[in-house]
Amino acid sequence: MLQVCSVTKYYQGQAVFSKLDLTVGPGRFHVLLGPSGCGKSTLFDGLTGVFPLDGGRLLWKGEPLADLRLHAAYMQQKDLLLPWFSLLDNALLPAKTSGRDMKAAKDQACRLFERLGLKGYESHGAHQVSGGMRQRCALVRTLMFDRDLVLLDEPLSALDAITRQSLQSLLLMLQAEFKKTILMITHDIEEALLLADEIHLMSARPMSVSRHYVLSSPKPRKFNDPALLAVKAQVLDQLEGGLSREPH
Amino acid sequence: MNRINLPAALLVVLILGVWEAGVYLLSLPVFILPPPSRIVLVALVRTPDIFPHALVTFSEILLGLGLAVVTAIPLAIAMFAKPNLEKAFSPFLVASQAIPVFALAPLLVVWLGYGMASKVFMAWIIIFFPICVSLLEGFKSCDPEFRVLFRLMGASFFKTLTLLYWPWALPRFFAGLRVGVGVAGIGAVIGEWVGAQKGLGFLMIQSNARLQTDLVFAAILWLTAMGLALWHLTGILETIIIKWKKEI
Repeated sequence: MLQVCSVTKYYQGQAVFSKLDLTVGPGRFHVLLGPSGCGKSTLFDGLTGVFPLDGGRLLWKGEPLADLRLHAAYMQQKDLLLPWFSLLDNALLPAKTSGRDMKAAKDQACRLFERLGLKGYESHGAHQVSGGMRQRCALVRTLMFDRDLVLLDEPLSALDAITRQSLQSLLLMLQAEFKKTILMITHDIEEALLLADEIHLMSARPMSVSRHYVLSSPKPRKFNDPALLAVKAQVLDQLEGGLSREPH
Repeated sequence: MNRINLPAALLVVLILGVWEAGVYLLSLPVFILPPPSRIVLVALVRTPDIFPHALVTFSEILLGLGLAVVTAIPLAIAMFAKPNLEKAFSPFLVASQAIPVFALAPLLVVWLGYGMASKVFMAWIIIFFPICVSLLEGFKSCDPEFRVLFRLMGASFFKTLTLLYWPWALPRFFAGLRVGVGVAGIGAVIGEWVGAQKGLGFLMIQSNARLQTDLVFAAILWLTAMGLALWHLTGILETIIIKWKKEI
């Protein structure tokens, strides 16, 4: 679906990532796992056209593409709900900005509200509901983009453990029920192991894919799955090896 | 907002008390410094004389305010949309504040006459800057992550303006409006001092020449009351329009 070919980005003369390659297959849950500050979010900014890449190219379903702006939905660490809109109006933003038929969009959003346990909260303000509900609303908004690829930039890192767990199942739903292809950034190994079909382990700057793991355990997964524990040990080993090799 | 600011109220009572007592103890003649009790009495008893003048000044302030709002908003939007426009206009905006209004007043009376137009223009010059600059700063203060979100939604500038930038900047706009309302009277009164046939400024000059100092103070009292009323009205308007701000 998406091929990232030899993309490069420099910041103040130093490479954040250089000749980075990534292939994202349709319907798959890809996770970019790496230490904080290695440049994962910069890669997303480059892919979405927030700033231009310094080299390489993107292929979308085989066709060259400048950026993913009109092809991917984006969900960030913050829920980014606007306080002057109700939850429903926040969810309807992608429809409002793209000029879609509002009646159909509203019906779709209401169905998603029901599916994600937000029914009855449509007219509530973002400040009137819990952090978990805000994230679910952000998820509805992400689905309302009506795009095949969803980019998730550490969407769960700001949440408490219990809320995070329930939202992890929502992300699985995003893939299984709504047939979305997902590219997620995280630095949480366990989150990656629970959710990913493929883990791309990123090295420190200049960032590159140091290892690629394909996880075939059925979902939902449990932490005591021996296959996952084996991958976890490998990932930790790789990360520790990477850290010990870093210059002091 | 409805709560009485006790320290301020006590300070006002103290100042008025010292003033009142000082005038009696020093046996100051009324034409030098009338006591506050006399000023309030004159302001009330002479209402039929003062009111027509106050109405003129109030109209000048309101017209200046209206003109400033309808000109500041489009210019702030244009400068935000096109940074080159901001570069072009910024020196003029700063210069408009550097020129003392007193220096312009006689010229404006020559150009626009003794009627309301010269006073409205004076009020406009004073109010325009805080509104325009506050609104522009409000637009610029928008969280970049929201900009990215709207960019990814494929939102046009107009959609982003109406759904994101404008509501985001509203609190700053009202802050500027409050500053504008606070100083609006200065422009109108200075204009009336230089040349007018009606208005509180005209009344002050006339009364001063006749050593009716109590009437001068009464006019100032009316002007202050009008300024405070407008200031509070702006606050009420802000609370109604930015409901979400209060609820957060």
